[in-house]
Amino acid sequence: MSVRHALLALLSEEPKYGLRLQREFEERTGEVWPLNVGQVYTTLQRLERDGLVASDGAGGAQKAFTITSAGRAELVDWLRTPPPSKIPPRDELVIKVLVAVTVPGVDVRDVIQEHRRHLVETMQTFTRLKAESSPDDVALALVIDAELFRLEGVVRWLDAADPRLGGLNAAPDSVEVPQPAHPDAEARR
Amino acid sequence: MTHMLEMHQVSKIHGAGLTQVHALKEVDLSVDRGEMVAIMGPSGSGKSTLLTIAGSLEDATEGEVLIDGAAVSAMSRDERARMRRRSIGYVFQDFNLLAGLTAAENVSLPLELDGVTAGPARAAGLEALATLGLADRASAFPDDLSGGEQQRVAIARAIVGHRRLLLADEPSGALDSANGEAVMRLLRDACKRGMAGVVVTHDSKLAAWADRVLFLRDGRMVDQTTTPRGPESLLDERVDL
Repeated sequence: MSVRHALLALLSEEPKYGLRLQREFEERTGEVWPLNVGQVYTTLQRLERDGLVASDGAGGAQKAFTITSAGRAELVDWLRTPPPSKIPPRDELVIKVLVAVTVPGVDVRDVIQEHRRHLVETMQTFTRLKAESSPDDVALALVIDAELFRLEGVVRWLDAADPRLGGLNAAPDSVEVPQPAHPDAEARR
Repeated sequence: MTHMLEMHQVSKIHGAGLTQVHALKEVDLSVDRGEMVAIMGPSGSGKSTLLTIAGSLEDATEGEVLIDGAAVSAMSRDERARMRRRSIGYVFQDFNLLAGLTAAENVSLPLELDGVTAGPARAAGLEALATLGLADRASAFPDDLSGGEQQRVAIARAIVGHRRLLLADEPSGALDSANGEAVMRLLRDACKRGMAGVVVTHDSKLAAWADRVLFLRDGRMVDQTTTPRGPESLLDERVDL
């Protein structure tokens, strides 16, 4: 999420002051993303420098900002540009599961279950937030749905990994765990 | 306090000898009134077996099932059938409505089978339909209802009267995402009003509506979620502006 483009979107409706932009940003993102007013002013300064917004010349909090035609073009361009959808180069969970397959004494299916449980717990928290929020709060519902679908995708990846790994070290006692050498054991030999 | 549903060390073995299959292994489960529990697991993990045993549609090979404190194994066939009719509501993936009956008749049928006279049974049926926002569809036949509406009628049938235990097997398996969510909200509401609910699903988005999620693997209960955290826990991880 880019604060820059969010502010352009809010200004595309009508000229606004910095404090109002901060409040509306939080409302429209379902109040999931708090934004401090300092960030708003810093971003507005950069947008003005780049010719994407113009201010009316008043000082401090009384300064109203207006989107320019270059700003509108930038906003529409951003809305239509697909975000990067390549696989993240280092997805930590994928790496953990890949490593768990090779580490002796670790049942990869238990590792998968730990992560599955954690993901479902996070989904429960999001779902509870959705259940308790007003049906009119469309922004919040959209944000929560996006997270729930993303997390569901990860759970489904784990679900698919489980049977693939069925033939591997599924039974904990089928793996020979190297025991640290014990001085007494050495002595008895 | 007595749990609404208790399962102690329940095992289920299908077949015998070399071909025997352990569908459930030493499962413990307790569900209270007002609580919705989801059971997650892949196909063949024993989810549906667990539900049919909890609903006394099938017997456990070992272990004990108590419904509202009464051991199912100690009940006669008649007592068991009566308990099923009066206390347990079932919701299935494919709705299982009778095509020749209207929505209202489908909902009041379990009460009439239990000896409630037509008038009060119909009144209770209409009330249950109204609870699910289907008051204006009472005279419609299942074929005239959408999938989402049919499942809401099935939920009305499962909560009608004074049922205390709600058992659902992939209740939104045949529905799209929005209707699936609506079904889970209704099941959750029914539990909040005092029923004890068990929902079996392989869908994490649906399981996330439950107060607790239990995980079955190869017939064993291997894990369960802890109490859901408050929404503030989401902010710690997610703020990355």
